Amino acid sequence: MVDWTDAERSAILGLWGKISVDEIGPQALARVLIVYPWTQRYFSSFGDVSTPAAIMGNPKVAAHGKVVCGALDKAVKNMGNILAIYKSLSETHANKLFVDPDNFRVLADVLTIVIAAKFGAAFTPEIQATWQKFMKVVVAAMGSRYF
Amino acid sequence: PGAEKWLTNTFTQTCAVRPSRHSTFTHSTSATGYNMLTKHEKELIAKIWDKMIPVASDIGAECLLRMMTTFPGTKTYFAHLDIRPGSPHLRSHGKKIVLAIAECSKDISSMMVTLAPLQTLHAYKLRIDPCNFKLLCHCILVTLAAHMGDEFNPVAHAAMDKYLSAFAAVLAEKYR
Repeated sequence: MVDWTDAERSAILGLWGKISVDEIGPQALARVLIVYPWTQRYFSSFGDVSTPAAIMGNPKVAAHGKVVCGALDKAVKNMGNILAIYKSLSETHANKLFVDPDNFRVLADVLTIVIAAKFGAAFTPEIQATWQKFMKVVVAAMGSRYF
Repeated sequence: PGAEKWLTNTFTQTCAVRPSRHSTFTHSTSATGYNMLTKHEKELIAKIWDKMIPVASDIGAECLLRMMTTFPGTKTYFAHLDIRPGSPHLRSHGKKIVLAIAECSKDISSMMVTLAPLQTLHAYKLRIDPCNFKLLCHCILVTLAAHMGDEFNPVAHAAMDKYLSAFAAVLAEKYR
């Protein structure tokens, strides 16, 4: 069970309210594929991911980025229940997609950097810490059904 | 005899390609950036850190503050300092770190030599658990992103992540 103070809840809701998944999602996924090229192993059906420019312009990457980050919405709206919310998604990633769960942490870190680039100084150390606590719970939930 | 010649040639080629002032068995090619970073990436990294030198105290303090706020375990290494936001200790300590990273970025290929004194300091005196290096590296990336915005594009991000990983790896090389 994770405890959230009122301040933490409002920080996460406030931040998420200013984020457009359609904008941030594609950027985050593209960065993961560029900064950690071995992650491309999961996306062989996506077409050209041979250069940063190709990745950033790839429509399948963009579409999938929206899907992945869109799934965070569930967690934001159910902060008290994140473990349960991601149970089946975790099982899918473990048993059908065979995704190394360390990649969840990687995406969380990259997403944090994308958010920092967007919000600048407004993404204060305190807000960053709260956001990373939230992502830590999400990452743990996504890894929870790997046996 | 054919195999001997091949072995000698390969050995000579390897030594020629990787001149090293340190014993080869401790030398990590990837840590020096010989293979990890292109010429363009090295220039990009040097350019970014050059801009940080005049604001090293601000940037350094922010990196440390971000790290200690998100990863409270890292505070255990600063029990001897005042680490409240804005504290002069944070600024002076942060400045040291930023200047070391910036100095090293001017000649990444010589990283092993430039960082030798800091390797010794961290291994024998500070003894910071190296698992913490990646936490600071992450917060450095967040700080750079917050200050540079769109200019911290994916290519810059990739180059910087590789550089900081190499820096951290070299820093930990004398630990054992």
